[in-house]
Parts: sequence; C-alpha cells; structure tokens
Amino acid sequence: MADAALSAMPLAGPQDELESPARRALQRLFKRKGAVVGLLVIVVFALVALLAPWIAPYDPVATSWTAVRKPPSALHWFGTDELGRDILARVIHGARASLMAGAISVTIALAIGVPLGLLAGYRGGFIDALIGRITDAMLACPFLILAIALAAVLGPSLADAMIAIGVSATPVFIRLTRGQVMSVKVEDYVEAARAIGNPPWRIALVHILPNILPALLVQATLSVAAAIIAEAALSFLGLGQQPPFPSWGSMLNAAQRFLGNAPWMAIWPGLVIFLVVLSLNLLGDGLRDALDPRER
Amino acid sequence: MNAPPLIEIQRLRVLFRGDDGRTTHAVDSVDLAVDHGATLGLVGESGCGKSVTSLAIMGLLSKRSAEVSGSIRFDGFDLLQAGDQTLRDLRGNRLAMIFQEPMSSLNPSFTIGDQIVETILRHRGGSARAARQRAIQLLGRVHIPSPEKRIDEFPHRLSGGMRQRVMIAIALACDPRLLIADEPTTALDVTLQAQILELMRELKSEGGAAIILITHDLGVVAEVCDEVAVMYAGEIVERAAVDELFSSPQHPYTVGLLGSMPRLDRRAQQLATIDGMVPNMARPPIGCRFAARCPFAVDACTKAPPPLAEVSPRHASRCIRAPLERLVS
Repeated sequence: MADAALSAMPLAGPQDELESPARRALQRLFKRKGAVVGLLVIVVFALVALLAPWIAPYDPVATSWTAVRKPPSALHWFGTDELGRDILARVIHGARASLMAGAISVTIALAIGVPLGLLAGYRGGFIDALIGRITDAMLACPFLILAIALAAVLGPSLADAMIAIGVSATPVFIRLTRGQVMSVKVEDYVEAARAIGNPPWRIALVHILPNILPALLVQATLSVAAAIIAEAALSFLGLGQQPPFPSWGSMLNAAQRFLGNAPWMAIWPGLVIFLVVLSLNLLGDGLRDALDPRER
Repeated sequence: MNAPPLIEIQRLRVLFRGDDGRTTHAVDSVDLAVDHGATLGLVGESGCGKSVTSLAIMGLLSKRSAEVSGSIRFDGFDLLQAGDQTLRDLRGNRLAMIFQEPMSSLNPSFTIGDQIVETILRHRGGSARAARQRAIQLLGRVHIPSPEKRIDEFPHRLSGGMRQRVMIAIALACDPRLLIADEPTTALDVTLQAQILELMRELKSEGGAAIILITHDLGVVAEVCDEVAVMYAGEIVERAAVDELFSSPQHPYTVGLLGSMPRLDRRAQQLATIDGMVPNMARPPIGCRFAARCPFAVDACTKAPPPLAEVSPRHASRCIRAPLERLVS
C-alpha cells in the first residue's frame, strides 16, 4: 500500500525530469555572462572562417600597386598592407589558418595524450613510470620553445606547425588524463564496474573516460587559445603559414616593419588574436566553473 | 547436509605488502562455508578483515599489493586459481556484490537503467530491449516506485536508499548464486536500514541466492542471518548458528561485542566496552590475538595460537578456555 501511495506521487517536475549531468552543466554555463560572450565571439569567428571566400570583400592575395599601405577607408575598411592587399580580407581568411591551427593541433594533442594518460593512470607500474618520465622531459622545455624547435625540424608550413604545436601540447594532456584517471579509478563505481565482470579496457573507456571528460574539455578549450598564440608566433617567425597566404601571425610579421607609418597593419590582426584568445579563456573558465563537481 | 556447500573457503590468508617492505596480515587462515540459499553473517569491527575477505572472494584485490593464499571453492571453480577471464565471467553473474556506499557506487555519467542493462548484456546477451524490460522488472522487484519512469534517471536524482536498491537490482540482474553484501546498510539512516533489511529477507525467502552479509551490527545479523562468523584481527574467532551465538557466546570477544550493544529492554547507565586496542597486524602476537584484552586470559593464551575448535556441534570457538560458562559461575 505504501508503494501504491509512493508511485501515485509526482516524482519530479516535468521540466527537470531526466536531466543529464551534461545538460545541467550547460545550463550553469549559460548563466555565466563571460562564458556566453566568449562562446558567441568564437562562434562568430568560426562562421567567418567557414564562410571566408563568400564574405571577404577582396581576394586576400590580390596585390594592388595603386593601394599600398592605405589607412582604413570606405573602400578598404581595415586599410591595406605593403602590397596593397585588403587587410579585412586577409584577417577573414587568416581566421581559417588560426582557428584550424588551434583546433587541429589540440585534436592531435588529445589523440596522443588521452590514450597515453589512460594507459599510464590505469595500469600504473612500469608503463606509468616510462610515460611519466617522457612527459617530464617534454615539460622541461617551455611549450613555445619546443613548438618552435619541432616546427624548425619539420619545416616551414602550416601543417607542420600544427603537428609541432600538437605534439608540444601533448604532455599536458597526458599528465591531466593520468591524474584524473588515478583519482577516478579508486571511486566505488569503478570497483562496482569490476564487480559486475567488466574487462579492464571497458572499465577504462566506458566507466572512467566519461567521468574525466569535463576536465579534458576545460583544458582543451584553454589549449586552443594557447595553440592559436603559438601558431601566430610560429607564423610571425616564418615557420607557420607561408606567404602569400594570410595568417594572423604572418600579418603581424609583415606589419612590424611599418609600425610607425602603417599601424593599422598590426592593430587588426593583433586585435582579433586578442579577441579570440580572450574569448576562449572566458569560455574555458566558464566551463571549469560549470563543470566543477563541488558545485553539484 | 551432505551436498557440498556452495562456497567453501579454506585457510584463506591475505597479506598486504607495503612500499616500506612491511607486511600486514589482513586475513589469516579463514575457513568458511555457505550452503546453497543460506545466509551467513560476517561480523567484526573495522579493520578486522571482513571486507578484505569479501574482496578476496570476488577476486577484486590488486595482485600487485595483496598476496592471497588458501583456497576458495565456489560452484565447481577454484576462485584463487581461476584466470582473469573466468573470474570476470563469474562476477556480476553467479557471484555478485553490493557495496557499502550507495552514494558513490553508481557511475554519475550514466542512467541507472544503463547500468543495470550493462550487467545483463555483459552476461546474458540478448537484445537491448529485452534487457531494458528485465531492468524495469528488477527495479520493481527492489520496490522502486514507477520503475518504467525511474529507469532513465541519473543517480544524482535518487536518494541513498533508492541508490542502494538500484545496487541490489544490479547485483540481482543475473540471478547470482552468491550475493556478498558488504555493510549494505551502514551508510543509510535507520528507517532505510530497516527497509533494505526487509528487502534482503524477502530475497532470502524467495530462495535462490546464498548471502554473505558483512556487517559490524549484530542487530542486523540477528534479523537476517542463519549463521554467524565473528572475525577479530583477521581471524574467525567464533562460528555458530545465530540463536546459538546470541544465547551462548563462546569467545570472550563475542561476549564483549554482545555486551556493548545498546538494548531497548534493559536500562544501563553505561554500555560495556572492550578495553585495550586491536593488535598491530604488521606484527601479530604469537598466541591468542585477543589475549591482551581478554578478562579470561591465562598464561597459556599467549604461548600458542589457539585453534578454532568445536565447543558443541556446529559451534566453533577460537578460545582455549571455552566453554566460558564454567569461568563466570
């Protein structure tokens, strides 16, 4: 009878019934203004990058001897560079190189770092020590120095720059994954998963991995920002995107010789780098707060 | 009682080797047997080796840190010799376990339905739809109201009592022969304890699974179990049928435990306590491990380890001075 009374009672409001942890985190994220602004800016830039050929007012590599280093005007909103190319068009097309470099290099870092971190954290022992020492050795080099060195070895191209940045960002993910796995694998629900007869690989992938995704997501967001800066730095040094194709870093490189008389050449690419990196950091911080288990 | 018991543990010993080279004797020469469908209570204070014993049965002790010896015969298998794959096929299937902490034993990333279905599909196979139907049945069986709705809930939306019911549903998913319940009610408040115990009693009366109930609560044992084994410092010190143990305990430690239980029918200014401390299990004493705290101890107690000897049929005590009645009169 008690059961009948219980089942007659409404279990939960219609709205919040069956809500998953991911959805609750998303709701919390949307309550944070900074994160929402960051997300919007990134979405806008991603759209710009995707639609670059259709929205750019000029061909980004078309030179014009009649419009060299013109300040911003109605014709060229952001001005022109030393070869008369439209800076707005180059910033728009440069978004492709920069965002792609950020996304792809972090994907590379995740693809290498997460499996190695899972292996090290879950198995422990010799494998953990081996992976750990290699990680330590890589972390002993500053991120950017390592990326520059790798890019110099691989050769100057955008693809090689992405690989170099991705590999340099890997140790952070190995270490983060390892640490998270070690803290999750002692949870009771992992023991319970073993108690129902799951094999180790399934416990690692199905029971542990989903529970460390929040931390990886936050780190990945922040790493995209760092990768974009790194790509800009590599391009600035001539190791990334090759001329005449634009990237924000190589535009800054070209602009430095004309800082005095054509400051707009540096201001626009600098501004968009600043905006995108700031937005990614805002989003990353927002995600971290929204996914913080202590606030559950 | 000529049929072989469902599970027979002989000379089970578990050593933990620490990083500093010290070894701890967590479980020492434990002999236990449980018949098909019977319920055994395993009682003792924290750290006496109850949970380690259960983890050893399940094969869940890390091979790297724990050294397990002896034999555990279960349903035709020798669990300590069986390979990893064999053990995995048994766990969750014929051998199931309920953990102490319902709040943290469910994976927060999945719905409770997913977690029950996972067990069914792992051992029984079949279609996801059929497994889901079975999961709903199981939730109903552990008295979760409107199981067809609750099955899609995430664990954070359930109370501790509900979660423990879900854990029990997972454990029952494949109709285990043996269910090990490691302090299933410790983390719950008293009303919920009563409900979960009621549920265990129901499972017992429905027949089928034998239960090893691990607890430090003698009241729980009295309500649910047929037989009791009392553990102290890694050893079984007394083993008897429930009524027998409560009416005539034959080990001083059991007597102490019974004396320290609060009772409703008797007024007491102060509950009895057992003086002294549990021995350091890195260096267990040579003689009786309880001797230092025992009011009946004599010189002989500290000289040699006492055997677990029968005081009367099916009642064994690890005390050379048993039966104790003649000492107090």
